[in-house]
Amino acid sequence: MIQLELRPQPSATMAYATPILAVVLTMIFGGLLFALLGKDPLQAIITIFWEPIFGEHSFYYRPQLLVKGAPLVLIAVGLAVGFKAGIWNIGAEGQYIVGAICAAAMGLAFYPTESIFIFPLMVLAGAFGGLVWAMIPGVLKVKFGTNEILVSLMLVYVAEQLLASVSLGLLKNPEGFGFPGSRNLQQYASAHNTEIIANTGMHWGVVAALIAVIFSHVLFTRHRLGFAIRVTGEAPRAARFGGVNPSQIILFCLGMSGVLAGLAGMFEVAGPAGQISIDFNVGYGFTAIIVAFLGRLNPIGIVFASLLMALTYIGGDIAQSQLGLPAAAIQVFQGMLLFFLLALDLLTNYRLRISNVERKS
Amino acid sequence: MDLSAINPILLIAAMIAASTPILLAAIGELVVERAGVLNLGVEGMMITGAVCGFIIAVNTGSPLVGFIAAALGGALLSFLFAFLTQVTLANQVASGLALTLFGLGLSALMGQSYVGIKPPQMVDTQMGFLSDIPIFGPIIFGHNIIIYLGLLIVAGTWATLKFTRAGLVLRAVGENHDAAHALGYKVKRIRTLAILFGGACAGLGGAYISLIRVPQWTEGMTAGVGWIALALVVFASWKPWRVLLGAYLFGGITQVQLNLQAAGVVFPVSSIGITIIIICVIIASWNLIFAKKKSRQYYFWLLFLSIAGVFFTIFFQGATVPFKVEYLAMSPYLMTIIVLVILSADKSRAPGSLGRAFHASQ
Repeated sequence: MIQLELRPQPSATMAYATPILAVVLTMIFGGLLFALLGKDPLQAIITIFWEPIFGEHSFYYRPQLLVKGAPLVLIAVGLAVGFKAGIWNIGAEGQYIVGAICAAAMGLAFYPTESIFIFPLMVLAGAFGGLVWAMIPGVLKVKFGTNEILVSLMLVYVAEQLLASVSLGLLKNPEGFGFPGSRNLQQYASAHNTEIIANTGMHWGVVAALIAVIFSHVLFTRHRLGFAIRVTGEAPRAARFGGVNPSQIILFCLGMSGVLAGLAGMFEVAGPAGQISIDFNVGYGFTAIIVAFLGRLNPIGIVFASLLMALTYIGGDIAQSQLGLPAAAIQVFQGMLLFFLLALDLLTNYRLRISNVERKS
Repeated sequence: MDLSAINPILLIAAMIAASTPILLAAIGELVVERAGVLNLGVEGMMITGAVCGFIIAVNTGSPLVGFIAAALGGALLSFLFAFLTQVTLANQVASGLALTLFGLGLSALMGQSYVGIKPPQMVDTQMGFLSDIPIFGPIIFGHNIIIYLGLLIVAGTWATLKFTRAGLVLRAVGENHDAAHALGYKVKRIRTLAILFGGACAGLGGAYISLIRVPQWTEGMTAGVGWIALALVVFASWKPWRVLLGAYLFGGITQVQLNLQAAGVVFPVSSIGITIIIICVIIASWNLIFAKKKSRQYYFWLLFLSIAGVFFTIFFQGATVPFKVEYLAMSPYLMTIIVLVILSADKSRAPGSLGRAFHASQ
């Protein structure tokens, strides 16, 4: 009979070991899944995890790692701040979309003027869009006690409709022969989020992501606010007695994740995606939830988790074209990873004890 | 403006049909939450139910077998959640999210070779002469069996929770799991059963969408219905009959906006003003009847808003803009947010142990 025993303190070793263990378990079960789909499991795992970095065409895939990883880092760092305080913003996808729409609108408003001020203005617009969209659940929670999970998620669907509406209407390319979608920002030099170093995938979003990671790290290790956020999450009553204003924490956490998600949308629309279109969003906002957990809500952990997730995206694409592995299989793979992670978390807080007799206490 | 294309009797019948998936999912979640567990994976269980039901119905040719498979599929997925939250004591919010993400992926994977296929048709139950009664016939008696099953589950849940010992135990576990444990009830077993029931109901709701309402399979076709169902449980203050009321309200909005989309109706700007007035009146009367007394200033603001609404209405009388499909499609989600705002003030009805993990050693 296996028994659980509460550890007096969460185990630090296990906190680092569980994500790795979860990845290994996911690979095993993912391999089983691929075998069920009639693919060679070993081949599939190698294609997904090895090919993009060390394979034959890796010079093409490696930059993609940064391109796909940057939005994940940006969003996940923001989400982790909230998750630490027990504030569940799961509508990052919506904030990402609205940030992108605002940024694209700002950029296109100046078209075809060229100026170095346009890009910074777009950055501000993107951050502002995400902030506004995240403030809706924030203010409603503070003022009316509304559940932020449900409101932020409902706003994702609203944002998707908004996206469809603007790409068919307000932001539609007047020279686009009636096709939905905005002008391509990649062909508009002032608004284009170019690669800073050619062929590395290193664009401004990557820089922003690194700044966000450092900022968040400093916040949690050096700043009073970061401490207040942690206490709010771990012991809400203690936080209140300690003079922490819960409304402030709620607004800060949602605001910060909104700004970062909006920025992610901005860098995406101005760079890799290039334009606002109906299928602009690809689920970064939801994947970032997995990333935040996989990175143990720790900014530096999130960087590694994002790179791993980006790898599964890229590897998934390769597996799709080479092995005919369905795109959804990668989604299942990512979901599985989160499951194993949550289940294995048990080991950080509890000790497994195998005993034949009932323990007397 | 072509509102004559909308037949009010058929509209009401369609509203009842449209509300069924939300109703089924919400009543299942209500039981889960009354047992003290917050399962945010409703959307994932619904979509899994939708695809399981669809596949089995297509392969067996029987929609009813499809529905049974959907319930089993939903329950099976929810078992994963039960394992995570009851055995490994994982965070319920995170586990629910994981369930939704996993369910969306899994369903897309399972259903990829079923895109574009038509499922076997579900025959409406024949009620003989009853369906021929004018007005009431089509509204009450013209539906398929799943709609009546939904109503039956609501009634059954209400009766079980209110009158039976099992219902009492379930509520005890939800209100205070430590006390229930001290009395010797198996908290985990009861919660697991509740979670399975919730999964089965969500699965049925999902299959209703893929087999009857749409009827075909597309990825992510539940489009947030599971989340609306979660909001509905809050809306209903965890009471079964109010879930029914809420489901009809949401189903109604969904159906009306679909009909408006189809009819290509133009939007009278003045209706914004009218809506403001109506909302103010509803809030004022709700507060006067149910809630604690508010200050005079509060009602003054409501009065001010409604007068502004009147002026707005008069000023924009006759002005119209064409409805954009996208804005209509937003309405169920926006409505959910508005309802959450209005009803969130009263949390006193929430089960005491909602969302808290239970382990005997703590």
